[in-house]
Amino acid sequence: MKFGVVVFPGSNCDHDAFYAIGTNAGANVQYLWHKDSTIPSDIDCIILPGGFSYGDYLRCGSIAKYSPIMREVINFASKGGYLMGICNGFQILTESGLLPGALLRNTSLNFACKDVFLRIENNDTFYTNNFSRSDLIRIPIAHGEGNYFAEPETIKELEDNDQVIFRYCSPEGIISDEYNPNGSINNIAGIVNKNKNILGLMPHPERYSDELLGCNDGIAIFLSLIRRFN
Amino acid sequence: MNSSDFSFKNNEIFSETEVNETTALELGLTEDEYRQIVKVLGRTPSYTEIGIYGVMWSEHCSYKNSIKQLKTLPRSGGRLLVEAGAENAGLVDIGNGYAIAFKIESHNHPSAIEPFEGAATGVGGILRDIFSMGARPIAALNSLRFGELNSERTKFLLKGVVHGISHYGNSFGVPTVGGEIYFEKCYQDNPLVNAMAVGIVRTDKTATATASGEGNPVFIIGSSTGRDGIHGASLLASREFDEKTDDMRPTVQVGDPFAEKLLLEASIELIESGVIVGIQDMGAAGISCSTSEMSAKGEVGMDVNLDLVPLREKNMSAYEIMLSESQERMLIIVDKGREQIAIDICKKWDIPIKQIGVINGNGKLNIFRNGNKVAELNADSLVLGGSAPQYDREAVRPEYLNETENFDFSTIDINSINLSEAFIKLLNSPNIASKRWVYEQYDSQVRTNTVSIKGDAAIIRLKELPGKGIAVCTDCNSRYVYLNPYQGAMASVAEAARNVVCAGATPVAITNCLNFGNPYDKEVYWQFKEVIRGMGDACRKFNTPVTGGNVSFHNESQKHAIFPTPVIGMLGVIENLDLRSSADFKNENDKIFVLGWDREEFGGSEFIKIYFNKVTGQAPVLDIDNEINLQATTLELINQKLINSAHDCSEGGLAITLAEKAISSGANLGCKIVLENATAAALFGESQSRIVISAADENIEKIKEICLKNNLPLLQIGEVVKNTFSINNEIEFSVEDLRSNYENAIPNLINKKF
Repeated sequence: MKFGVVVFPGSNCDHDAFYAIGTNAGANVQYLWHKDSTIPSDIDCIILPGGFSYGDYLRCGSIAKYSPIMREVINFASKGGYLMGICNGFQILTESGLLPGALLRNTSLNFACKDVFLRIENNDTFYTNNFSRSDLIRIPIAHGEGNYFAEPETIKELEDNDQVIFRYCSPEGIISDEYNPNGSINNIAGIVNKNKNILGLMPHPERYSDELLGCNDGIAIFLSLIRRFN
Repeated sequence: MNSSDFSFKNNEIFSETEVNETTALELGLTEDEYRQIVKVLGRTPSYTEIGIYGVMWSEHCSYKNSIKQLKTLPRSGGRLLVEAGAENAGLVDIGNGYAIAFKIESHNHPSAIEPFEGAATGVGGILRDIFSMGARPIAALNSLRFGELNSERTKFLLKGVVHGISHYGNSFGVPTVGGEIYFEKCYQDNPLVNAMAVGIVRTDKTATATASGEGNPVFIIGSSTGRDGIHGASLLASREFDEKTDDMRPTVQVGDPFAEKLLLEASIELIESGVIVGIQDMGAAGISCSTSEMSAKGEVGMDVNLDLVPLREKNMSAYEIMLSESQERMLIIVDKGREQIAIDICKKWDIPIKQIGVINGNGKLNIFRNGNKVAELNADSLVLGGSAPQYDREAVRPEYLNETENFDFSTIDINSINLSEAFIKLLNSPNIASKRWVYEQYDSQVRTNTVSIKGDAAIIRLKELPGKGIAVCTDCNSRYVYLNPYQGAMASVAEAARNVVCAGATPVAITNCLNFGNPYDKEVYWQFKEVIRGMGDACRKFNTPVTGGNVSFHNESQKHAIFPTPVIGMLGVIENLDLRSSADFKNENDKIFVLGWDREEFGGSEFIKIYFNKVTGQAPVLDIDNEINLQATTLELINQKLINSAHDCSEGGLAITLAEKAISSGANLGCKIVLENATAAALFGESQSRIVISAADENIEKIKEICLKNNLPLLQIGEVVKNTFSINNEIEFSVEDLRSNYENAIPNLINKKF
């Protein structure tokens, strides 16, 4: 299986995703340049990494959807290709209409970089099949705009279809406002589309894919995908 | 670019307005300096020329009042690959073909009047210094100082500065991993914002800020040039605050971290491509500084046509273009014939590149604008090391020292203070309490190298050299420096070294940011000279040469100077990351020891400040040989895997060190401590050269043996227990209680209305 990591000019977690997948998870991975208008045919999963794609002085991710590579990425995903947006990547997915909802400013109005606990809400996806349902993982967030918002009917649809994959929770797995780091509705940290081939999440699994950095709970997400393909 | 760009009929030097001594004084030069300029030139300078001299001979660019002193510091040798000040940042060999570039710089004055942009561009400036060396930034730190956290103005400054750092560093993609924050009245009007950056580079891929090769083209890359930042270096940074300072807000630059990210990628790719002859970032004094410094160092000159510089506004004069401090720009000299490679790389990253000049062989800066030659100066006449002035100022021992040194602590009522209450007060002091509110706004993990930000120093792994890492920190207790500049400067170096040692690293080199008041004040200058003497002595003993840094004078307002604040940025190397160490208690029943000497000193302590609102007494004694013994022994214990934690004593003394070890433990581990004399001095005094360790029973004999062999005092004081924290049953709390006090103190003050 092969991963492609998109490099926008303001991506800054592109190296990190590349390292977590290539070195920590031991999979094939290559970079995809934002000006490219083709995606190599051997790519199975595309990562939209964290960062500030085009500076994000407007809404985060709003310019990225116009880049040449995104046309191809949308094509790729519409044909069932696996597409995962982390942090800024999640913002790009909602801006591009690939996932519903929007990421608003954190309720604190401050950027927040810290560890959070996530509860696995659905392990029946190719991103989470290495987990059991209700497993708890510790993953860091690092964002100023991670407050997930959508209309009530969209939220209901997401919940009814089991599209909410990760929720912010306490170290014991309790979902409450106290453990909601940014104000997201229903403590939503990550969702998939209906077909479950597109995942968007605010926390950074690539940052905790290495024991040396204090935790490797994140690597299971990449290993889930690798297991699906190998 | 074609040859007609530099053929001008009229070879006379055009001046927009007539220049005289008054013009020079308005630009911050002295009468003597103006006379010197006229003498060097053999004529009256043009308006553009006097502007260039004004910035280049400013305190900020020329180091005119500090360089003679700085030259007494150990500035080469050891692992240093370039001498201090020779390049944009220091360069330290870490083996295996790699080097660490690092430097600290102040952005105090801009941050005082526009905290968000001031701090943001401070970060931007220091990052450019690192990547113009060819090094990719891997860590940033910040040393910040504000007035006491009891006013809306301090809150405004703190929030603005933190947002600025967070905005710039997070977007650029450098992890902000450490630093320090202090609140002290003397910084009320004059906060300090010192930004440090650290980068890694292959030793055969470094770049130099030197121009060479007659006929080689000179390019400007990055952002266009606007009217922001004019007079930033000369008039804002190089004088005190007064009632006019607020009007100087337009001299503060505006930062664009996205542009900086593109500039980073393009610069590194340009350097790796081998087409770059020389490269220097444009910070203070913009085009003036980069063209003159690069030329002078390469003993060449440049012909520069300002009509070719991409501008944000039409009709900018030569003076404005030469002095603009617009951010995110670099000056590069390209190997003639290979320009297209450079142009293609910049195109890839969508950053503007424009040739603005060529290298000449006669050492002159010839500057043209609108068909006129507006400046013709010897590059050498402008720069430090050339004709820029160097002064030795008069120094007089400050009056206040007679009072502070002779302060008798028996005249104040210390004995009636309840120790338990004092302990909680100290834990709640903003100078001691958790800085989580600040550091969680910084992305501390991007680039996935951050092994720890919890301990005394941040630990960063090096992906390029698996298994190897660095530890970095910034340190300065300016109270000690105020009470004894010589000892205090030594203590700053010692504490910085001690902090990287507590992470398991060997200290290898420092960078410094020297923040002082007005150098023309004899007492301030005495403080400065004493600090340099102390720093030099300490760095020689520790074998940690000074790789460079920055001097910021004129940090005062209404005749009140700040405490002398020489911030030390320390680099330590961890050869084997398996042997790293951290501050927090690890296991129940581990025994707790103090390594080092307790002198029960009260001078300059947070305890005395809180209870008596005084910064007084003798600064804590620092015996360098003892300190070196302590650090070497601690490293020996860490490397033999005999201890489970190490954390030094600093503000708040032994009691606070123990509290921090408990609060940072993941498993709610506290301690039961029994001291022979649990006095305020023993608990809260800030004697230097002490490290608190914890260790398993089976290692105790071995630890004692090593300490005995090294002649280092070792005192067993208690053991690690679950959930509770107690000292002689006089101080007794749950670890949860301690944590809640420690974590909530600063957020509570920030949310409070004053």
